[in-house]
Amino acid sequence: MGKVIVVTSGKGGVGKTTSSAALGAALAQGGEKVVVVDFDVGLRNLDLVMGAERRVVYDLVNVIQGEAKLTQALIRDKRVETLYLLPASQTRDKDNLTEKGVEAVIGALKANFDWVICDSPAGIERGATLAMRHADIAVVVTNPEVSSVRDSDRIIGLLDSKTLKAETGERIEKHLLLTRYDPARALRGDMLKVDDVLEILSIPLLGIIPESMDVLRASNIGSPVTLADQTSAPAIAYFDAVRRLRGEQIPVTVPGEKRSFLGKFFGRKAA
Amino acid sequence: MNLLRLFSRPRSAPAARERLQVLLAHERAAAGDSDLVAKLRDEILRAISMHMQVDDDKVSIRMERGAQVSTLAVDIEIPFDAGKKAA
Repeated sequence: MGKVIVVTSGKGGVGKTTSSAALGAALAQGGEKVVVVDFDVGLRNLDLVMGAERRVVYDLVNVIQGEAKLTQALIRDKRVETLYLLPASQTRDKDNLTEKGVEAVIGALKANFDWVICDSPAGIERGATLAMRHADIAVVVTNPEVSSVRDSDRIIGLLDSKTLKAETGERIEKHLLLTRYDPARALRGDMLKVDDVLEILSIPLLGIIPESMDVLRASNIGSPVTLADQTSAPAIAYFDAVRRLRGEQIPVTVPGEKRSFLGKFFGRKAA
Repeated sequence: MNLLRLFSRPRSAPAARERLQVLLAHERAAAGDSDLVAKLRDEILRAISMHMQVDDDKVSIRMERGAQVSTLAVDIEIPFDAGKKAA
């Protein structure tokens, strides 16, 4: 049986879809069978970020409503053969997601994949609660910024009350993924530090993804950042996060804090 | 002049941290325990009113949540004559 991960945040635009694609690809690059499911019905974007927008025929809603088989809706990645995408519908709305339907789809995916990654829509409404409903593990994506931290706190509360695990008295595993982090600004005292966010939200840290041009560049070409440039700072951070998801104990480093001698002179020009 | 500004400008991150801590302490209490506090308030009031007359407005019940311990504070103003009647 595979594990179900929900990538969630409450606030929009913090990097849920980017992180879903990157974590999914990184897990699959390690040889495991992965499916990334877009729960953002009506506003799908995971297909675009993963470069599969022209290959979508059927979607999650079609499967739930019995208009297509699960195998017909799954799109296999062209670069990593153990990576699959289940797109969301672009034309219907979230009311087409039924609790029973989602349960059946997640159950079938769990039986066939090592990891099922659910990319949650923003907000705390039906779409978001259905995406987290069957999760074993939650990845809470947060920016070092007040509104994002507040919304993450709210989402953590929902994870502890609205998920199946919570309702049956089990504990859902929760991890913080801090994205768009700028160590230089944090050092100057103009951005919340990693420790500030950790202290406020008090869930374990899965990784720190630095603010980087590489993330935008990867989405421009429709490639998860771990596939676009495996040596870039965000890619390395996602690879490390995935090792922690697998249970490895490795220390979290702040990306970009160790600058090389030459980097000190040339690295700042871009800013 | 850029350098001067950099040194004279107050840092904003500590303010963000403090505001969040205060705000979230309130929001967490409101989301999780609003029903609990209301129930406790009603039951405590009922228990006390069996023995003496108290004014609803003179009762304050507060819940404070810390990282390790939470406290429930009940503050009831008892009028002089109410106590006399009960005694």
